[in-house]
Amino acid sequence: MRRIWAVAVKDLRQAARDPFSLLMLLGIPTFMLLLYGYALNFDVRHVRLAVQDLSHSAASRDLVASFLNSTHFDLAAALPAGADLETLTERRQAKAILVIPESFSGDLEAGRRAVVQLILDGTDAGTASTVLGYASALADRFNASLAPGLAGTEPREPLVDYRPRVWFNPELESTQFIVPGLIGFILMLTAVLSTALSVVREKERGTMEQLLVTSLRPGELIAGKMLPYLAISLAATAVILAAARLLFDVVVKGPYLHLFLVVLVYLIGALGLGLLVSSVSHSQSMAFQVGALISMLPAIFLSGFIFPIRSMPAALQAVTYLVPARYFLVIVRGIILKGAGIAPYWPDMLFLVANAALMMGLAWARLTRREA
Amino acid sequence: MGPAIRIQGLTRRFGSFTAVDDVSFEVQPGEVFGLLGSNGAGKSTVIRMLCGLMRPTAGEARVLGVDVAARPEEVKRGLGYMTQRFSLYEDLTVRQNLTFFGGVYGLRGPALRERAGWAVAMAGLEGREDALARGLPGGWRQRLALACSVLHRPRLLLLDEPTGGVDPISRRRFWELIERMAAEGVTILVTTHSLDEAEHCGRIALMHAGRVVALGSVAELKEVFAGRAVLEVSCPRWLEAMRRLETLEGVGEVSPFGDRLHVVVADPGRARGRIEAALAASGNVPMAIERIVPSLEDVFIHYVETAGGRGGET
Repeated sequence: MRRIWAVAVKDLRQAARDPFSLLMLLGIPTFMLLLYGYALNFDVRHVRLAVQDLSHSAASRDLVASFLNSTHFDLAAALPAGADLETLTERRQAKAILVIPESFSGDLEAGRRAVVQLILDGTDAGTASTVLGYASALADRFNASLAPGLAGTEPREPLVDYRPRVWFNPELESTQFIVPGLIGFILMLTAVLSTALSVVREKERGTMEQLLVTSLRPGELIAGKMLPYLAISLAATAVILAAARLLFDVVVKGPYLHLFLVVLVYLIGALGLGLLVSSVSHSQSMAFQVGALISMLPAIFLSGFIFPIRSMPAALQAVTYLVPARYFLVIVRGIILKGAGIAPYWPDMLFLVANAALMMGLAWARLTRREA
Repeated sequence: MGPAIRIQGLTRRFGSFTAVDDVSFEVQPGEVFGLLGSNGAGKSTVIRMLCGLMRPTAGEARVLGVDVAARPEEVKRGLGYMTQRFSLYEDLTVRQNLTFFGGVYGLRGPALRERAGWAVAMAGLEGREDALARGLPGGWRQRLALACSVLHRPRLLLLDEPTGGVDPISRRRFWELIERMAAEGVTILVTTHSLDEAEHCGRIALMHAGRVVALGSVAELKEVFAGRAVLEVSCPRWLEAMRRLETLEGVGEVSPFGDRLHVVVADPGRARGRIEAALAASGNVPMAIERIVPSLEDVFIHYVETAGGRGGET
């Protein structure tokens, strides 16, 4: 135990001596939160909307007004019948075109299902799906507003029918959604890099050899290396949560203890991965590249942080099952946004525990295996 | 009590390259034993096998009576190790380095403070306890490294090229420390390619191309020249002279020393005349031919050449 402590204190002192690494571990998470929080804003406002109202009725004007009264759409053009819709989007004069057919008000009055068409410029798929979500919500609201006027009719299908493929809640501020993903990504990156670099630095400088000749056991070395970075990473988590609360009003709704447990288990896996990276790297630059690659890319792209897993190709979806950040994200979103505990997410938690055990086991096996 | 180190048939191969080839020797407790050889002769590989960093391909190494390959952890407890590379934490202070290595060896509290204080005094680092190791001059860092490696009072100290890149005064001071420790009963195995340093060792093993080509005290090794003498020849064109003398009758090894030649001969009186005549015949009249006391370098060259066949790197 005192040997573990000696290693931990030494690594902490080295980290403190190196302002750059401390900055990297504590400052970069906040910086990234700012960057992603403001730049990765999925909310879309002031979409240029062209309207082709062939119905010219009170109902159609109401529908158009409900679109324009939201902050999401601005009227770009009112199109006459027979207008060239394609050129309009090609010239980027409108991002979306709402087409209301002649039969719209007649259908509504007759209690039939009224169909309107929304044409979206899909070149920016992300924006398009968000806009689709807004439109769907507006249509729902419009349906609701029609209901009292048609009282007496029995429960029926909505009169204005949208079947959007992507469901999106217009109240959702995307920063709320981003923070958990950001924690997952930043912790993975900093934990993997800091341990990998600290071990490889010892290899490069020859101090590792010195340690191996002492009576320090591999387990003690691993534990001693992990403790300080575990502490620093937990501090980084606290910094992110505090910044998220101050800047984006993201409040942790669930129990902090559960959040702490999830973060802890996730971190142990990440630190183990860092040790593994160090065992295959011969230089700090190599460790940095390997570490950044295998920690950052999956945590960003395959975790559901930025791209929804369900919209990935099947093969890629299969790969995401191997990415710890995926499970971490599910649990942490549950805890932070929904106010849930770990309990409903026990299969995800189980995976994280298994991952942590596997990583530590592999790291231990690699480090105890001396040159044959 | 048996030998501190006992090596038998120790061999280490890297693929088809044999770095250490069937090496055997024993080192007695309290002895200062030198492994002498050029770079790539296999000295460091022997040390790395002795401290359990590397497994032998064949043969056995017993340190303090324990088989290193079988129970490396037990060996490590009684061992101090210091390499040519400065193996301290340069971004920690003198005191932090000592605290760390002491902690790693399981020392703490008063015991740690006592040993750290002793180490600071031994290394002559008083007043520098809070200086970063990085900022210390080479000789000081080296003494700190030595101090760190003996905090746990090892009975055996393995030093791999400990004085590389250090000024002569620091080097002398370092050897004083080594000799003091040996006097206290610590066994010391040191590798060096410096022949001057080998003179500090009680016994030395000369290594060449992975093999021990000679073993004994410096005086014993020099006895190979018993009954023979070494002549130092200075002449205008030494390379030409070397080729000529190598074929001359009654002349043993010829080796260049700077712009002079060392020539091993059985009968210095007669050889002198012969050499003079042979060189004069080709217009390469020697300026001087002197009989000299053979140095360890002569001994080394003699053994390497007679070991023959396999060339070292240098």
